[in-house]
Amino acid sequence: MKLLSTKATCNSHGQDSSYFLGWQEYEKNPYDEVQNPKGIIQMGLAENQLSFDLLESWLAKNPDVAGFKRDGKSIFRELALFQDYHGLPSFKKALVDFMAEIRGNKVTFDPNHIVLTAGATSANETLMFCLAEQGEAFLLPTPYYPGFDRDLKWRTGVEIVPIQCTSTNNFQITESALQQAYEEAKNKNLKVKGVLVTNPSNPLGTTMSKSELNLLIDFIKDNKDMHLISDEIYSGTVFTSPSFISVMEILKERNDFKDFDADISERVHVVYSLSKDLGLPGFRVGAIYSENDMVVAAATKMSSFGLVSSQTQYLLSSMLGDKKFTKNYIFENQKRLKKRQKMLVNGLQKAGISCLETNNAGLFCWVDMRHLLNSNTFEAEMELWKKILFDVRLNISPGASCHCTEPGWFRVCFANMSEDTLNLAMKRLKDFVANSINGEGCSNNKKKTRSTQASRSFTKKSISNWVFRLSSRDHREQEER
Amino acid sequence: MTQTQKKPTNPKKTQSEPPSSSSSSSRTGMKLIVPLQAVVQGRNGFLLGSLIPLSLFYFLQLYLKRRRSENNNNTPSSPTTLLLPRSSSRSNLSSRGSISRVRVSKLANVVAKRDDSLYYVGIERVEKDPYHVKFNPNGIIQLGLSDNKLSLDLIEKWLVKNLEGSMMGNEDINLSINGIAPYQSFHGLNELKIALADFMHQVMGGSVEFDPSNMVLTSGATPAIEILSFCLADHGNAFLVPTPYYPGFDRDVRWRPGIDLIPVHCRSTDNFNLNITALEQAFSQARKRGVKVRGILISNPSNPVGNILTPDMLFSLLDFAEDKNIHIIADEVFAGSTYGSEEFVSIAEVLDSEYIDKSRVHIVYGLSKDLSIAGFRVGVIHSHNKTVLDAAKKMSRFSAISAPTQRLVTSMLSDKRFIQEYIETNRNRIRRVHDEFVDCLTKLGIKCAKSSAGMFCWADMSGLIRPYSEKGELELWEKFMSVAKINITPGSACHCIEPGWFRICFTTISFEEIPVVIDRIRKVVESCKSSD
Repeated sequence: MKLLSTKATCNSHGQDSSYFLGWQEYEKNPYDEVQNPKGIIQMGLAENQLSFDLLESWLAKNPDVAGFKRDGKSIFRELALFQDYHGLPSFKKALVDFMAEIRGNKVTFDPNHIVLTAGATSANETLMFCLAEQGEAFLLPTPYYPGFDRDLKWRTGVEIVPIQCTSTNNFQITESALQQAYEEAKNKNLKVKGVLVTNPSNPLGTTMSKSELNLLIDFIKDNKDMHLISDEIYSGTVFTSPSFISVMEILKERNDFKDFDADISERVHVVYSLSKDLGLPGFRVGAIYSENDMVVAAATKMSSFGLVSSQTQYLLSSMLGDKKFTKNYIFENQKRLKKRQKMLVNGLQKAGISCLETNNAGLFCWVDMRHLLNSNTFEAEMELWKKILFDVRLNISPGASCHCTEPGWFRVCFANMSEDTLNLAMKRLKDFVANSINGEGCSNNKKKTRSTQASRSFTKKSISNWVFRLSSRDHREQEER
Repeated sequence: MTQTQKKPTNPKKTQSEPPSSSSSSSRTGMKLIVPLQAVVQGRNGFLLGSLIPLSLFYFLQLYLKRRRSENNNNTPSSPTTLLLPRSSSRSNLSSRGSISRVRVSKLANVVAKRDDSLYYVGIERVEKDPYHVKFNPNGIIQLGLSDNKLSLDLIEKWLVKNLEGSMMGNEDINLSINGIAPYQSFHGLNELKIALADFMHQVMGGSVEFDPSNMVLTSGATPAIEILSFCLADHGNAFLVPTPYYPGFDRDVRWRPGIDLIPVHCRSTDNFNLNITALEQAFSQARKRGVKVRGILISNPSNPVGNILTPDMLFSLLDFAEDKNIHIIADEVFAGSTYGSEEFVSIAEVLDSEYIDKSRVHIVYGLSKDLSIAGFRVGVIHSHNKTVLDAAKKMSRFSAISAPTQRLVTSMLSDKRFIQEYIETNRNRIRRVHDEFVDCLTKLGIKCAKSSAGMFCWADMSGLIRPYSEKGELELWEKFMSVAKINITPGSACHCIEPGWFRICFTTISFEEIPVVIDRIRKVVESCKSSD
């Protein structure tokens, strides 16, 4: 066998983690209301399927757009050969207007500073290529989206150093945590090139406060080498107060108050995508916004490796250009998200499970199942996760896969299924919790204990051998990270 | 005094033979010579006798070192540099003078600066003053992009007839919950893979089958090449690539994967056909330099020449790869654009009939050329190597094809009757324009390399350039751009070793516009001849 690259043969793409393994299990036994009512319900996929009808009705009302027509005339030929990495101007304009609208028009974006990419996945990777060398590092607050291990590290060779956040303050970023992360990087001889945050946060489902944002800007202010990337792909999913504050707003404020360093605006970059807000992950539409001309120039050329189809650009330029539609969509979508989140929260409460009280955005809740753990360890969390996956048949994401420092937290998505399915999932969970309390050996442990033995004998059903193998592999991988 | 005169030259002679000799070997030399001198000349001469040769020797070392480093900077196609050739030193200066003090990555610095390659410069110049038959008849005609405009009307007609069904409402394109791809399908919906496998089978002559499970779909052939580069080699390794080659390869392979491209020069005397001896030479030279060659990158049909690899040559190539235990990346995007008498044979076909290890051959394909839909971004990686496929599937997340486009294209490709008609008509139109164009060029005294496919001709204008060098070629290019107002791609942008060759694309104009182009070319030809 010929040699392949280390990238092809290593596993730093992170796709062996439990986050992805859960999906694989789901694919083998997916729930279907009619055909497979005992199947696994997918609650680990952060997709927004609540507002498709709005999109479909718009498309039905605008058949010309899908037919490559503008004002009755066919523009197919222009689109067929359009592969300019600068992007379709009308689409970029419509996109920046949409982004501004989501931010209550408190900030505006210049279409010339937008770079289109095939999804936020590509946007994040491209920014890494543009801002850091191989072996340098970015600080990320934990818990963070498991895909970052692949998107930010795999092909770029950049390292991630976690900023440890804890439940004591609802996982907000603190100055000491930032400093600690920076020190940790220094001790590992890693040059820190900046901080990357997701705002609203995945998996927490919370928006960042003004003080957190100011803290971050203060942190990078004095070091000319440091950048701040704000991944704001969930900005349109904020369904309740506090309202969303973009880092661009803070920049503008500080600009207005003359408390600013001319360089800062060139070191803050925003990533956006239509996958979450519009529920169109399959369309592969992402964007980088930056005031740094060098970054825009480099990222634009690199976007050759992930251009957005001209058909899609045209379609969306029309859709997003329909201001009446976007206003209604944003409003209606948020309403539905709020309702659905409440359903999930209530359902969890009935099962005696609480979630992060500050949850005001996103397509998921950050759920506290610490009291269901046998011990305050990640082994216990993994065990609980497996029970929920195989016995309760719900695929949810364990905190360990998000690099959470505290065991027992899980991300549960609520926007990718029907109401009935959600209710069924909650019922299953309630039954599971009730049964465990009734003592099939599982001790409810509210106190923090330091037991290291995974108590396999407590489980209701016997789990097959390969699951044990699976668990030991996961355990090893967690230790590797 | 002959003895003293001899002595000072000794150290220089012995040390200058290997200019890169380490200082330790020189020191031992000095240790031998200096005391000898003292013995021969007596005490007074000792100091002079040793100081002068010593200082002369050190100055010589300094001079040789500086000359060596200058040489490195001045060899533009030196394979050891990973920077884009020719432009680095000049643009480093320009970026140093830039106002921003914000540090970005080295890669960003390299990528962001303005491209000096005339391939890209030409495209930019056209954008500023594009020709339009009605609105800008004096604009620059784009003959530097291999876009296919000849058969767009066929596709347009199909869309008008079929779009109702393929976009809205029914199962073909649905935006409902089921239509949205779960994460695995980023490497392409199965239906599209099946449709593409069928299309490739058809367009490549119907003699080789492609298995959809060996395919990973990407947003165009560009990311396909980059992904394969990431999979097959590490930063600092190299691929061999026959010249002249498509300028985009420099971007796809060097930028982010950090893999070098070692040119293997082909000559007009062979009609720029691939030469295994040249490959062997390039491989062993690389090995001597300590560079690890991991594969060969070829385009077949060739861009920019347009010739096709014969089955024999394909076998030889496979043997070579087998012998050296390296990969082959075959970019076959022009497979359907054949117009000559030669039949296209995909490397996949040759694989089938041999005992060769299939897992070393990877094919890149796309719909930008053969189906004219470059804007839709549809590319294919085809490989028998399971590890490569697995890695490529994960990497395709960064370059996935937009879902509505996947649906639309699946629909289109599944209309077998339309596709058959399209392939035939397109081929005929390309042939017609090619034959007419080459005929007209010949009448002007410009010969083209023998070609059987592609959307361009590889024209020999070496007779028109003064001097016979890259400089002369650049001047001619500028003449074509500013006087004749046509953008054609100079051979130097394609790393051609012989100056004076130009790639002229003829599928971006209509048959009726050929006389306009020929007229403009004639002006330049005549002005060149008159200035003799």
